[in-house]
Amino acid sequence: MNAMAQTIESTWQGVILQDGPAEEVSSTREQHLKAFRWMLLGRILDEKFASLYRGGKIHGGVFIGRGQEALSVSIGQLLRKGDIFAPLIRDLAGRLAFGEPILEAVRNYLGSALGPMRARDGNVHRGRPKQGLLPMISHLGAMISVVNGMLIGRRFKGQLGAVGATCIGDGGTSTGAFHEALNQAAVEKLPLVLVVANNEYAYSTPTSRQFACRSLLDKAVGYGVESHGVDGTDLAACLKVMAKAVQRARQGFGPQMVVARLLRLCGHGEHDDASYIDPKLKQSPLGRDCIKVAEDYLLRQNWADSAVINGLRAEAVQKVEDAVATVQREPGPDPYKEDWCALASRHLSDGTV
Amino acid sequence: MSITYLEAIREAQARALAEDPRVFIYGQDVGAFGGAFKATKKLAQEFPGRVVDAPISEDAILGAAIGAAIEGMRPIVEMQFADFSTVAFNQIVNQAATLHWRTQVPCPITVRLPSGGTSGSGPFHSQSMEAIYAHYPGLIVLTPATVDDAYSMLLEAVAIDDPVIFCEHKYLYYHLKAERLPTEAMPVGKARIAREGRDLTIVAYSAMVHEALEVAEELNGEGTQVEVVDLRSVKPLDTDTVMASVARTGRLLCVGEAFPWGGVTAEVVARVASEGFDLLDAPPQRLNAKDTPIPYHPTLWAAHRPTARSIAVAARNLLRR
Repeated sequence: MNAMAQTIESTWQGVILQDGPAEEVSSTREQHLKAFRWMLLGRILDEKFASLYRGGKIHGGVFIGRGQEALSVSIGQLLRKGDIFAPLIRDLAGRLAFGEPILEAVRNYLGSALGPMRARDGNVHRGRPKQGLLPMISHLGAMISVVNGMLIGRRFKGQLGAVGATCIGDGGTSTGAFHEALNQAAVEKLPLVLVVANNEYAYSTPTSRQFACRSLLDKAVGYGVESHGVDGTDLAACLKVMAKAVQRARQGFGPQMVVARLLRLCGHGEHDDASYIDPKLKQSPLGRDCIKVAEDYLLRQNWADSAVINGLRAEAVQKVEDAVATVQREPGPDPYKEDWCALASRHLSDGTV
Repeated sequence: MSITYLEAIREAQARALAEDPRVFIYGQDVGAFGGAFKATKKLAQEFPGRVVDAPISEDAILGAAIGAAIEGMRPIVEMQFADFSTVAFNQIVNQAATLHWRTQVPCPITVRLPSGGTSGSGPFHSQSMEAIYAHYPGLIVLTPATVDDAYSMLLEAVAIDDPVIFCEHKYLYYHLKAERLPTEAMPVGKARIAREGRDLTIVAYSAMVHEALEVAEELNGEGTQVEVVDLRSVKPLDTDTVMASVARTGRLLCVGEAFPWGGVTAEVVARVASEGFDLLDAPPQRLNAKDTPIPYHPTLWAAHRPTARSIAVAARNLLRR
């Protein structure tokens, strides 16, 4: 392993040890405060990405999780070290809570050669499979069976006790890959947690054009999978429901499907003005901002006062600014030094280049 | 004792399972039933828990194989027919083929594709998919034509750290026999001179090698010496061996069972034309199946794909130029 890879590796490990899922959460208060901190960091980092995008500093798209942080952070935080996580495009908060260093996210968005994908892939397409964090491909539903396979691999190796989690949206539930993989997980009785964010729109397509069942929860019944519904705007509810789902999976009750109702409070990507979103939905309980809901809850419970919350916000802004400043000084990829070989077995490379 | 091409595939898998605890087999009906073609006959009994029946979900089968490979396993996937691998196409070309390039984590999976035409099999049980997969970076595509290669290349495929598309020809399953399993093998990536000759090079792979050899024998009676090159692997493609043969003969006919647009034969001809134009005494030729779906009826099927008869016609035409 070269020095650069070692540095990145140790950064990763360091973050896991400081902030990540290996740490036991000793109380409900701490659990909520911790989750809220990751939500804030995710939101503020997402906003920074959007601003860098508008300033022309990011190549390709920017996809943010505004409105989905409570759901995302719940799964990320409730997984443990050694678990598997395949997040989707709106899961920055969950990634951070799972242990992805903020630098990895920034490096991937800014195309740093030091990033996890070394600028070969960008934005949300990042991960470190050997650390249990999978980099999504763009085809929806395709990551579920890969998580299944990792769990099957663990089982072959006699490594039991891990949970695999992956996230998808309402649109992704229409894919063949979703059906095949959820059925496969059920047949193999895998400890899979499938988190479905029903945010009312798949890009611009409303759920009325996406599925005809009463609720996406009904789909789980058809696969013989346990399911859990939750208000995705409510952090306390998300943490509670997700804890149960993760625990059921870990205890051997097979795949668990969590369906959260919420509204995407942004475009599909930053290129999209989301003008198609029904204003009535924005005014409905689904349109609540989960960060505001969580903040009010913390204040109501006397778990934090406004000074604490302001402090957390300032801390998050500082982390984001520091990370961006660091990465902006890093080199981009060099096409002349790039290794243009797609194979691990270099000697079998076809001699056409 | 004799062993068929199909039995060689079964034996290679048995050996891989016996020698490497990371190997398992996953596919439809591969378990107690032993596979649609019996390529995994009794393996589930010999290796309990390691030869696993899958639901009819090609996409999820491939996805799971990729996940297991990330965990360090060496899955062998049996597609019941090569044709059905289109359902798994996304996982193969977008997930498996890109994984190492994106993440530096290798994806050592072997995907066995029972390929090619047999009489009466029709449009959806006869396809040759090698060109489609060879088109994508990050995949190795093997097309064994002999019992020896079916055995040794499958063992090598399992050992390779990249996704390998193993195109085994169904027509050869029972037709092809050898005295015994090989004890040594040419490495993957090297083509083989299946028959030496000085007048014309026929480049072929998989079942077409045997049609080409039949033509070489026929033309030998007419005083023409045909050299037959068996590509063995279409990706990587051993251009050096092809070029050396064309340098000897000055004439090239490339034969493939797949559809004519693009593909392996076009790639071979393009490489020879661009890198070895001066070696040619006549325009390089290619012969493929017709540009229609593969017909069911034996008489139509025999006319659809290249056979010794149509290859001989093409070879004689090329020799006259």
